[in-house]
Amino acid sequence: MKLLTHNMLTSKAIKQVNTGYPLLIEARDVKVSEVEFNPEFIAKIIPKVDWDCLRRAAEQLGHLDKIPASVPDTYENQQEFLKQAHHVLLEIELINGDLVCPESNRKFPVTDGIPNMLLREDEI
Amino acid sequence: MLFLFWCAHEFVPFRLPEFQSLCHLFRIPYRLQSGREDTPFVILELDSESQAQKILSRSICTKHCIHLWGQGNSYEEFHSSLKSFQFKDYSDLLNENKSFKVNVEAFQKKISISERSERIESMEYFPVQGPVDLKNPDVVYSFLEDWGQDGNNLPPAPYNIFFGRNIGEGQRHLITKLSIKKRKFIGNTTMDPQLSLLMANLGQVENGSFVLDPFVGTGSLLIAAAEFKGITFGGDIDFLTLHARSKPSRKGDKKRGDDESMVANFRQYGLTVHYGDVIACDFSKSPWRSGLQFETILTDPPYGIREAMTKVGTEKDYTNQSIPEKYLKTHIPEKVNYSLKDILEDLLNFSAERLSIGGRLVYWIPIIRQEYKEELLPSHPSLSLLHNCEQVLSSNTSRRLIVMSKFSNEKGKAVVYEKITNFKDQFYIPLAGNIGRKERKERVKEHGHLNISQEDMVKFHGRSNQHKMKLEAKMAENT
Repeated sequence: MKLLTHNMLTSKAIKQVNTGYPLLIEARDVKVSEVEFNPEFIAKIIPKVDWDCLRRAAEQLGHLDKIPASVPDTYENQQEFLKQAHHVLLEIELINGDLVCPESNRKFPVTDGIPNMLLREDEI
Repeated sequence: MLFLFWCAHEFVPFRLPEFQSLCHLFRIPYRLQSGREDTPFVILELDSESQAQKILSRSICTKHCIHLWGQGNSYEEFHSSLKSFQFKDYSDLLNENKSFKVNVEAFQKKISISERSERIESMEYFPVQGPVDLKNPDVVYSFLEDWGQDGNNLPPAPYNIFFGRNIGEGQRHLITKLSIKKRKFIGNTTMDPQLSLLMANLGQVENGSFVLDPFVGTGSLLIAAAEFKGITFGGDIDFLTLHARSKPSRKGDKKRGDDESMVANFRQYGLTVHYGDVIACDFSKSPWRSGLQFETILTDPPYGIREAMTKVGTEKDYTNQSIPEKYLKTHIPEKVNYSLKDILEDLLNFSAERLSIGGRLVYWIPIIRQEYKEELLPSHPSLSLLHNCEQVLSSNTSRRLIVMSKFSNEKGKAVVYEKITNFKDQFYIPLAGNIGRKERKERVKEHGHLNISQEDMVKFHGRSNQHKMKLEAKMAENT
């Protein structure tokens, strides 16, 4: 699971959970890989990212140093920023671990890179 | 400027919608000069060759594209049209330094080499000065004749004659590139590559588009969206399929290989950068955060025998209690029936909320032909119906590819008529994806549709005794 994806997930479907975002990360296996950099592609993704959530997630995975504090105004033209964003969003993956609902503490396992967000019938 | 797109003779109802979608994607005004289903030719009026090249950069229907220099319904009209073409504007192509060749093609009619030469010689006014080079010419021209659809019943003269310069080819090579025969990880529900690429075009996927398939299965639709540079995400309730641990569907495979996985497919095609993630989740209780929007939703929802239509749920009342802690670790969520009507309602409601304005939902719906009426298709006040392409499966069933676009953020509810989701013959539908390309073309040629028969169904579904028994019982019920 990429940090980009973590940025998109919530546990709000659980009854009685109000926001369920961001999910906390308890990492067991993290993989860093190399993914082809395409500045135009990253520039399109950036507007959809909740930057604070991304920073917190990077921190929980021990990669806070790689991520800029905020998105600069003219980010589309800043290669350095785009490269760092690319690295954090697409190259750091949680392979095994848990995502934790900040309100109910419910754990969602991540196995072989795939998060299991299936709820039990008593949670919905 | 007129451009003739010489299209493949497959999935004809999808052609014009593909052209319209691509024109819209590239902000090209769509001006159709002609495009009847019974000819391979679609003629668009465009402002420049670069517009044609943009369309070609994505078109799955197009084999070749020709900048049209002359056309006519008779040889007389044709020559008169070509003679009046502004050749002097193209002197750089026609000069003595550029070698050339002329391809002569007569559709449905066999013509000899000497007849080909006759056609070329009939253009004695054509001011080309360069040498002929049949192997490696600088410029290729095409002389095309349309003799209709029936090779055994030819008209006295061709219906249309065209001449122009070849400017490029479509993306049909992608169909071979993404062939299922060579793909690492496939399943029963894997979509035909040509259809998945068409869906991605109709969905207007582009560089950086957020694309979601909420019933992702083996990820075949995401592969096509990745090919067109979207960032792709998928959800599925079927944990085993997502982890590539389901029973293999490839003939001869006893179990899945260790390296089979969703992401292995992306790696195989060099598309890893476009793989977002897949998530085990229930579409009716999805995990996407509020405010998150997708540009494109592409999907083939489950509708019957081949996949279980379920969602997490129970008849038990859990309002004031939970599943005891000691059972949690090994608990498998109870599932309830999730009817096609519910699925389509959820799909349209989800899309109306989750698509960006202008974003597109592209999905298949199974149909009983005798009962079909366009007004019965699912609708939503914030989504407009753009295209509706039929793939005929048998004399009484088909599936339609529906393309909708979100035009408003106004809240509303989907309307899905029970009638359209109520059909006994749904077990025909899964077969559509499992007939190979060659056989598909043969069946359509002979019957006008896929002619899926009861024999096909028993062969396909009867893989295990349990399946076979279920199927025989259902067939007995229906007769």
